[in-house]
Amino acid sequence: MSDLNQKMAAKYQNNFLKEIEEQAEMGEWVKMCMQCGLCSGSCPTNFQAGWDHPPQELFMMIRAGKRDEVLKSNSMWMCTSCYNCYVRCPRKVPVTHVMHGIAEYAYRIGQSPKNQPTQHLSKTFWDNCTKTGRVNEVKLTQSLYFKDGIGSGIKKAMEMQSVALGLVKAKRLNLMEAVGLSHKCKDIKGIHAMLAKANELEAKRQADKAKA
Amino acid sequence: MTSVVATNQTILVVGGGISGMTAALEAAETGKQVVLVESNPYLGGRTVQLYRYFPKMCHPTCGLEINLRRLKANPRIQVLTLAEVTGISGGKGAYSVSVKLKPRYVNSNCTACGECGKAVQTEIDDAFNYNLGKIKAAYLPSSMAYPQRYVIDPSIIGTPDAERAKAACKYDAVNLDDQEETISLNAGAIVWATGWQPYAAEKIVYYGYDRFPNVITNVEFERLADPHGPTGGKILRPSDGKEAKNVAFIQCAGSRDENHLRHCSRFCCMGSLKQTHYVEEAFGDAGKSTIYYIDIRAIDRFEDFYQKVQANPNVSFVKSKVARITQDKEGNPVCNGVNVEGYKRYATAHDLVVLAVGMEPSVKGIDIPAEVMSDSSGFIMADPANAGIFGAGCATNALDVNRSVQSATAAALRAIQVVNKVARAEV
Ligand SMILES: Cc1cc2nc3c(=O)[nH]c(=O)nc-3n(C[C@H](O)[C@H](O)[C@H](O)COP(=O)(O)OP(=O)(O)OC[C@H]3O[C@@H](n4cnc5c(N)ncnc54)[C@H](O)[C@@H]3O)c2cc1C
Ligand code: SF4
Ligand code: SF4
Repeated sequence: MSDLNQKMAAKYQNNFLKEIEEQAEMGEWVKMCMQCGLCSGSCPTNFQAGWDHPPQELFMMIRAGKRDEVLKSNSMWMCTSCYNCYVRCPRKVPVTHVMHGIAEYAYRIGQSPKNQPTQHLSKTFWDNCTKTGRVNEVKLTQSLYFKDGIGSGIKKAMEMQSVALGLVKAKRLNLMEAVGLSHKCKDIKGIHAMLAKANELEAKRQADKAKA
Repeated sequence: MTSVVATNQTILVVGGGISGMTAALEAAETGKQVVLVESNPYLGGRTVQLYRYFPKMCHPTCGLEINLRRLKANPRIQVLTLAEVTGISGGKGAYSVSVKLKPRYVNSNCTACGECGKAVQTEIDDAFNYNLGKIKAAYLPSSMAYPQRYVIDPSIIGTPDAERAKAACKYDAVNLDDQEETISLNAGAIVWATGWQPYAAEKIVYYGYDRFPNVITNVEFERLADPHGPTGGKILRPSDGKEAKNVAFIQCAGSRDENHLRHCSRFCCMGSLKQTHYVEEAFGDAGKSTIYYIDIRAIDRFEDFYQKVQANPNVSFVKSKVARITQDKEGNPVCNGVNVEGYKRYATAHDLVVLAVGMEPSVKGIDIPAEVMSDSSGFIMADPANAGIFGAGCATNALDVNRSVQSATAAALRAIQVVNKVARAEV
């Protein structure tokens, strides 16, 4: 992983903007930003502590070549995909998608912050749902709650107990999933073949980009 | 029946704002016959609705007066007000144009004595003041209106109010039988100078123009500052009539925005810089202005105007496009956003927020009754296929008065060349 990071850093030298444009999905939009601030001002997570940089600042940092600060930042991971910025940006920058693109790139080259909750969720969710083609919700919540150890896991589970019971009553949560008796796709093999093909295409696309 | 003398050597000018008047005068003063068609009951367009002009901070009336004097002295210009072009056929050197004339119900006997206005009871929205107040249904559009002639609003025709107006007039100027008519005239060349309209501010949903009374537009602010305006020149905010001493200006409200107007409207930075003077003029050091901006575009030689405002301690600048306006318990509009300088959140209350709305060509959305090219914002462009129709002023681009006048003179010159050719051919 960090090999890839070194390779990219060497390839783009001091041109981090170019690196983002070529390597991160939707990265080519960064240069369209005119620093008006509408996205940052419209972002609902903006008041939260621990949110390093609003999108507008992140875009400026990319142009300023602040490679480490950007890639290691938790900002892109804090995006809730509310799309406020996306619909309002006067330059039609797809801000939400650019945030995801940068996040994914940081993860791909092993630079994203470790143990970042949204990143953990994304990974867990993906692994969980690709197994059978359907999400096993009990296992998903378990692995999220117990991410920081047994103690805090039990505490979180207790806090959410009434919500869980409500979901069970409404037949939205099947406790049998805990023992693996979850709903599955009919054609699991087909799903796996499809995902493998998608992986292959994406790997090729990225290899081509890294070569170019 | 209105009679208009026009031939293929006549130049038709559509729109009687500063651009249309200039084009008409320039052409007529070289000896050409001109017909000037204006849809309002008066000439002057949007400029007469301004309180003062940048850069010299003089009153628009003085520039208008000079033009009116030139106009009155020139027998070659025929002015049609309350008139609209509805069809154009033919081509360069030989256009045939139909013009719809709306009834004014007041003839040229009118001395503007105002008796009809006193007699009428019905009140209508005051369009000249952007509907900020009400006026009588028999009215003089503004004190400077040309022609100085009253107008009777069609809504009272057939009511006792109309009869009251007629009875009150000592000069037999009220003619309630006036009818709409369509006339047709010839023209060798056409100058299209229909100007601009303010962008519809309610479309910028997050600014709440239609939800918060103390969020107004820059054109409305001009009327608030003008002694002839609805508040007699006092800067009072709409919700409670309180003096608005702490005023915010939001730049690029609708402009430079792919979701609204694509173009930079060019005049609005200067417009807001100018309007900070109004706040200071009204309240002295107690008057505070805050300009929220992306970047200030004080086009070419106006940079010094900007620098003077920048040096004024009563004016602050915040580099940020306001993301949202909310309202606090006292009815103050609150600007929310992130300041680009330092990336800090702010939520700042003001007495009044003025949206520096941009210019939209007034031709957009309405049919020019001929094939005319326009750019991606709807401004009309020179069209080789229509070599006898020329745009002038804000119909062609977002311009200030100075540039509008330049573009109008250029259009007049092109129109003159066309009719000169016709004249040579007809000899
Ligand atoms: C808030 C504000 C402040 C400003 N301040 C300044 C300033 O201080 N200094 C400065 O230089 N500029 C200023 N401007 C810009 C100035 O208003 C324009 O440059 C000027 O109005 C352009 O004149 P125009 O004749 O091209 O258009 P307009 O003034 O819009 O005139 C067009 C005319 O055409 C008529 N018309 C429209 N459609 C038709 C039709 N279909 N048929 C017949 N007639 C029609 C209209 O009724 C109007 O009379 C300001 C603008 C705003 C919004
Ligand atoms: S809204 Fe668009 S142009 Fe404005 S700062 Fe955000 S990304 Fe840049
Ligand atoms: S002139 Fe200023 S306020 Fe107007 S659109 Fe251009 S930058 Fe924005």
